[in-house]
Amino acid sequence: MAESKKMLRVEISRFDPDRDEVPKTQEYEIPVQDDWKVLDAINYIKDEVDPSISHRWSCRMAVCGSCGMMLNGEPKLTCKTPLSDYDETIKIEPLANFPIVRDLVVDMDGFMDKFRKVKPWIVRAKARAEDMEDLNEKGTFSQSPDQLATFKQFSMCINCLLCYAACPVIANEPEFIGPAAIALGHRYNLDSRDEGQAERNSIFRGEGTVFSCSFANECSEVCPKNVDPAAAVNQAKLAAVVDWAKGLVLPREGA
Amino acid sequence: MVQVSRHDIVIVGGGGAGLRAAIAAAEANPDLSIALVSKVYPMRSHTVSAEGGAAAIARDDDNEELHGFDTVKGSDFLGDQDVIEYFVENAPRELALLENWGCPWSRNEDGSVSTRAFGGMSTKRTWYATDKVGFHMLHALFQHSLRFDNIVRYDEFFVTKLLVEDGRCQGVAALEIRTGEFHAILGRSVILATGGAGKIFPFTTNGTIKTGDGMALAYQAGVALKDMEFVQYHPTGLPGTGILITEAARGEGGYLRNNKDERFLVDYDYGVGDKAELGPRDMVSRAIIQEFEAGRGFEGRYGKYCVVDLRHLGEKHIDAKLPFVRELAKIYIGVDPVHEYIPIRPVVHYMMGGVDTDINAATELPGLFAAGEVACASLNGANRLGSNSLTECLVFGAVAGRNAIEFAQGAGEGNSSALVSQAEEEAARVEALRGNGRGNEKIAGLRHEMNSTMEAGCGVYRMQESMQIAATETRSIRKRAADLHLKDSSRVFNTEIVSALELQNMVELAEVLAVSAAHRKESRGAHTCRDYPTRDDQSFLYHTLAHRTDDGPRLGRKEVKLGHWEPQERKY
Repeated sequence: MAESKKMLRVEISRFDPDRDEVPKTQEYEIPVQDDWKVLDAINYIKDEVDPSISHRWSCRMAVCGSCGMMLNGEPKLTCKTPLSDYDETIKIEPLANFPIVRDLVVDMDGFMDKFRKVKPWIVRAKARAEDMEDLNEKGTFSQSPDQLATFKQFSMCINCLLCYAACPVIANEPEFIGPAAIALGHRYNLDSRDEGQAERNSIFRGEGTVFSCSFANECSEVCPKNVDPAAAVNQAKLAAVVDWAKGLVLPREGA
Repeated sequence: MVQVSRHDIVIVGGGGAGLRAAIAAAEANPDLSIALVSKVYPMRSHTVSAEGGAAAIARDDDNEELHGFDTVKGSDFLGDQDVIEYFVENAPRELALLENWGCPWSRNEDGSVSTRAFGGMSTKRTWYATDKVGFHMLHALFQHSLRFDNIVRYDEFFVTKLLVEDGRCQGVAALEIRTGEFHAILGRSVILATGGAGKIFPFTTNGTIKTGDGMALAYQAGVALKDMEFVQYHPTGLPGTGILITEAARGEGGYLRNNKDERFLVDYDYGVGDKAELGPRDMVSRAIIQEFEAGRGFEGRYGKYCVVDLRHLGEKHIDAKLPFVRELAKIYIGVDPVHEYIPIRPVVHYMMGGVDTDINAATELPGLFAAGEVACASLNGANRLGSNSLTECLVFGAVAGRNAIEFAQGAGEGNSSALVSQAEEEAARVEALRGNGRGNEKIAGLRHEMNSTMEAGCGVYRMQESMQIAATETRSIRKRAADLHLKDSSRVFNTEIVSALELQNMVELAEVLAVSAAHRKESRGAHTCRDYPTRDDQSFLYHTLAHRTDDGPRLGRKEVKLGHWEPQERKY
């Protein structure tokens, strides 16, 4: 690694609630390596230049979902984004549409509440595995590859929150439950093992959920895992309406 | 001021083992309160990075004798056979439970769960969800855990001390990272589920959070660490980053090749027999190093490497079974495995050693339990078989959860004021570190020194002399780590102080590892000494115990629980 190093100007948004009224920008000029990701640059600054920068990261392989930030105004996973995508300057800020805790760290409490609201678990009339019916002799449900394929894509969300940072609805309506939570609820609705569709559809028909979506499709464009939450929102919307209509015809099955 | 909260049990760590323990405890008694304390949000835990699969008997051609013996043999006969028998017996039930809770296991056409081949396993018994098994298991567990109102989460709390009073563990002292406030989280029993300590080494598949915190907490509380010399090098990590290329790449039929394009595991005798690429990890890692030494490695900017060849599997099969491998190879090393070789080298992956536990997930300290990679239940002995560890998190996480509840129900409330004053002392100790503005050692500098010392002394191949040097140097690094210089005095989300505490944990473990390694004058499983190249059952068929003293670890021994599988030469 002896080859000459390119210099890069990195602008990092700094905020400490005990000292600052509003975030300010701090600039660093650092040597970078051509195979670095943006996260490597932040870690270099933290290790070698300024240990007071706070950011979240862990797996550095785009699966733990910790290191989402705004890079030149776009939400990205920093461990996945090559530094070579940026010439001379890169501006790094915390994810948009979230309260800032400190520097590049955002407050996830609201998201965690929304996440739980869609009942992201297998709902069965008899909840304990011991009491579940339809299990085979090995104790598992039968599920064909086709049945698996109907929801698999929506199970790939790493909760990185990029879609919330991109969503124009959240920007104006922070209580909107948001793309990842809807995709997750929809994922369970599509799972052949689940019996919770009526409950979740009733949640989806409530305020600030699927019908708040304005079809901007930004969420799917920024998703680093190709979950396509916008498709999930569309499908969930339709399912919620159909479910409601069925409820009118067959009241006992409705929500 | 320390904030005090009280629960029935306190679980430290929110990955596979911690969540499984929490669910087991929550199910056992809905009236009990379970604290789940983790330095990261549970879905960030490193379980998320596991790729290849989880082992449990699923097919008609498989049975407990086979899975048991594969595991015993893989362990180079250092596994405790009571633990192994319990494990293989309960593994299928645990993976089926995960299925019931929504884990999207890959399926056969008939709707049953599909299994794949893995190293050292005599048949297809590795359950998988493409090649993101840890991710799907972790998310299924976390999402399932949300239905229990009696699991109370403390997300982004860093535990710095176990609170021990009246000879039993009764809670933890923890720093709330977001506010900088200190907490005494009290319970009548405590479970450690904090994972391993790969970050002691420079090249590792492990995420940055894998700093061995739970091992250090137990060690500092006087509990023994066991078999710490046994470190698993995964044969196939990406050079530079250490990112894991799953063993499933070989399980699905991939080849390893050298710079002469030879399948060296077939063309040369490395003791893996006709298992070839599906040999156990310790043997395959040694083979790669030997290829390097024979001049048959490729040269790259991060040193020597060999390659994984998946091209013959075809794009369709790779996309169906190994999509994450393709994604990782493209993003992190710029190659598409459909057409190109993936460069790999052995990289630190897993600690066989850990907090000494038994078949009940219990430690020597009453009220303290441990499960998953942080623990050493001696399921894995001197070498773990790929895909046994995710299952271990479930089987022994559940055991820990149930036994911690049982212990809690039989234990009194304890002396709260004594526990709180311990937490206050601990808060003062940690506060003294925050932005101290003095001290002579830089966190990153000392971390690099520890990393290179461990790489040089405790790698795939070890020498008596290099291990002794590592033992001496890590002792000095441990002492120097008491003199860290911190610059960030802020209260809110101060990650510098967390890094300092993590480093102080790691240096303790690095020393235990090096000292334990230097004492074992034989080659067994992952511990390979060039100057003692054979296994010596006469002198070393025992577990190494390490208890803490200020002068370094005091070593002891623990008997290996043998059973009906007699130690024999390990040949494949």
